[in-house]
This record gives sequence, C-alpha cells and structure tokens, in this order.
Amino acid sequence: MKKFLSKMPDALVRLLVVFLGLIFVGAFVVIVLIPKPMKDVKIQWADAVKREQAMPVQYAGFHACAECHDKIYEKKKTGYHKDLSCETCHGPAKAHTQDPDKFKPAIPKERSFCPLCHAYNPSRPRGFPQINPVAHNPLKACAACHNPHDPKPPTTPKECSACHGEIARTKAVSHHVQLECTVCHQALQQHKISPRSVKPTKPQNREFCGKCHAKDAKDKLARNAPKVDLSTHGEKYVCWQCHYPHSPEVEE
Amino acid sequence: MNSRRKFLRDVLAFLVSGSAIGGVFQILPAKVLAKEAPRKGKWYGFGVSVDKCIGCTRCVEACKTETDVPREPFFTRTWVERYIIKRNGDAIVNTVETKPEGVPDSAADRSILRSFFVPKLCNQCADPPCVQVCPVGATFQTDDGVVLVNSKTCIGCRYCIQACPYGARYLHPRTRTADKCTFCYHRVSQNLLPACVEVCPTQARIFGDLNSVASPLARFRRMNKIHVLKPGLNTEPKVYYASLDGEVR
Repeated sequence: MKKFLSKMPDALVRLLVVFLGLIFVGAFVVIVLIPKPMKDVKIQWADAVKREQAMPVQYAGFHACAECHDKIYEKKKTGYHKDLSCETCHGPAKAHTQDPDKFKPAIPKERSFCPLCHAYNPSRPRGFPQINPVAHNPLKACAACHNPHDPKPPTTPKECSACHGEIARTKAVSHHVQLECTVCHQALQQHKISPRSVKPTKPQNREFCGKCHAKDAKDKLARNAPKVDLSTHGEKYVCWQCHYPHSPEVEE
Repeated sequence: MNSRRKFLRDVLAFLVSGSAIGGVFQILPAKVLAKEAPRKGKWYGFGVSVDKCIGCTRCVEACKTETDVPREPFFTRTWVERYIIKRNGDAIVNTVETKPEGVPDSAADRSILRSFFVPKLCNQCADPPCVQVCPVGATFQTDDGVVLVNSKTCIGCRYCIQACPYGARYLHPRTRTADKCTFCYHRVSQNLLPACVEVCPTQARIFGDLNSVASPLARFRRMNKIHVLKPGLNTEPKVYYASLDGEVR
C-alpha cells in the first residue's frame, strides 16, 4: 500500500485527500446536521395531519344545540325545517357552546335572509317552496307570519298560485292563461292543509282534452281552441306526452 | 467470434439489462402512488344530490367561516355552479354568488331548455394527479383517503393547481401556498360533519365513510344512480353525484 502511495505523484495524493474530506463533510452534513423531519417526507406528512386536526372548530353541530335548546329542537323536529341545522340560519356557534353568555349567535330578522333559499329562482328544483320577495307581503318581516322553527303558510292559501308559483307563472304566458286550475284539477279543501297526503285530481285520458280540442267539441270554452281529429292525431299517446298542459304551444 | 454476432449479442444484452433496471426501479410512479381503499379503517367519501341543491350557497359561506378561506369570491374550497342549458345545445356555466341574487328577469325565457345547480368541491381522488406532480412532496394522501397540503413545505409553485382537472385548488393569497378542501379534516377527526354538510338546508351534501356499511353515504350510494366527474381521467374521484346532468364537467 505504502509502495503504491509513494509511487503516486504528490499532487494526486493531495487531491484525493481534499476529495475524501469533501465527501466526509458532505456525509456528516446530510446524516448528522440536517434534522430527520427535513429528510423524511412521512414525518412531514404526520406533522401536517396533526396541524390540520388542531385547527379550531367554528360550527358546533346540531347535537350541541339540542342539549340546551331542547324545546325549540323538539318543535323543529316535526316541521318542514326538520333537516335544517340550527347553524344554517344562526351562524357558527362553537363559541356560544363554550361561553353561552358572552357570545350570542345571530338571529337573522331582515327580510333579505329567508329569500336566500326561498326566493323564486328557475334553477331551483321543482316543488321547493319559493316566493317573489318583491311581491310577497312587502315590508313585512318573514317571522311576522311564519315561525322559522316550524314554518307553515299562516292562512290557508286561496289561490293555487300561492304554492304552485312556477306553474302559475308558466300558465300566465301560455294560451291556457284564461283557464282556472279547477277546469282540469279538482282540489279538495284538505289539500290546502295537508298538500302531500291529499292530492288534487289530474285528467286521465285523451277525451278530457278532447272536450275542447276535438273536432266536435261542444264545450263553450272551446270556441277558439285549436281542433284536432282525436282518431288520427297521435292516437297512441295521451295529450300531455307531447303538449305540456300549462304551456301547450306547439314549437315551430 | 465474428463481429456481427458480437454486435447482436451486445444489443440483446443491452435491451435485457434495460428492462431489468426498469423492473427494479418501477418506472411508473403513478401506479405506485395510487392507493386502494384500505380493508380496515376509514376511507372518506362524499355524496352530492344535484336534484336537491337550491343554490343558496350556505355551504360556501360555512366553508369560508370554518376554514381560513379568503372572503373574496375567487378563492373557494367549495363552490356552487349554475348550469343553463339552451335549446341550441349551448351550456352556460357560472359560479353562484354568495350575495342574494335578484329574481331572474324572465322565468319564461324560451331559449332555456333546463337549468340547475351543481355543488363542487375537491374530489379527493383515490389516484390524485395533484399529488403526483408536487415537486416537494407537500401534498399527500392521508390513510383515510383525504388529500391534504402541507403548507410548511409547499413552495407555491402552482403546479398542483394546474394539474387538478376539477379546478379545486387555489393559491392562498396570504400564505402563498396551495389550498384546497380537506373534508374539514379537523372536524371529521372529532366526529363532526364537514361544515358544508352541517349547514346544507336540503341535505344535498352527504359525508361518510366508504368502508362503513351503514353510513348515510353508503345508503346514498345504494339508493341512487351514481356518477363521478370526468371518469375518463382515471383519477377515481370519491365525490359521488346523484342525478348528474350529462353536460356537467
């Protein structure tokens, strides 16, 4: 070995020593000096998960509200708002559960709040209760007529359009605008109180539309109605498979 | 040995050694990163009932209150899109504002064929592209299948924001790091529901454990026809949509 080293030129030996030194220092820095969490991504991830779990909670969840406000909770449980979480309207209440006197959740009373959900919007699913906030009892607070914990119409609606606004608006711009809802539907009084258990009648057959639209229609409503021959016009189908009765225009 | 035979032998040896190295080092990192649902433990998922969404954006409000999301409309972990499908086949998509909207001018616009709301959020993909592209390993998937961002190591390069096919990520203007929906990881680990699920007034959002047989999510997946967003990308999203329109991307 010594013989081998002595054979090497001095410059090369010095260079080797320098390189070995660099490698040693490098290894020392990487293995000893750099802390383990900086090298191991798994440790970083575990830390990140811990940080994420330690984030403060703002919404307490509906179970927490029921512990103290059991009366309102019981009332809400049976109404149309039963699936609504308290904090949907009253805002985040974790602080209220920790110090009930110091922090009070908001009670939204302004007329602009309820229409966030209940203003008419054609993109909303059919059947969702909607009103026109401009026309619906202007200047009156929503809670003056509807208890938000058990919302109901304050009086039995007189017009069908009170609930079936979308149909009423559609019909209002159609050729059937002059027809009362009762021409085609018989609604029992009970339907206005319990709308889902007692449903109004609907026409069942082609002959019903034929009372106005058949060639030999006698009905006095039928004077200006477009007439078709029921035996040849779409004989296989019932009328409302092609014509929407609340807006029956035929598209050109 | 003649030189032609030697050449062919060398080429063959080169090819064999190449495939051997490829096999040893597993040159398909995407496949290595993809996680399967664990047999035991939680594997979180999300359900969205498009039919039930009324576009009230209480979820967006709750998300911004619960987590550190800026109030400006541009920054969102979850958001609600309004789709308007025209008779001529055009689809108009815009994000619903959290402010109350005026009553639309015409309910009887004959050019509109149908219109509906679609809530969106991070799909928490089982095979997340954002995790694959992160150059510093700052974004990762937890054992329960939630994709998180380690804001301490994120360098804010926005590569993950580009890679996400669902546009679910944004750069937080204050921390200058990528931010995204965490399924409210802090709430979920305390057995609370995510804030958006908590406040949704119509139960359009459902959260649960996909490994559980009796979670609301399991029932949701059993009772509905389920679709996911962009299934062709093989990201295997864990946000499941019921009654999703074909126009929704």
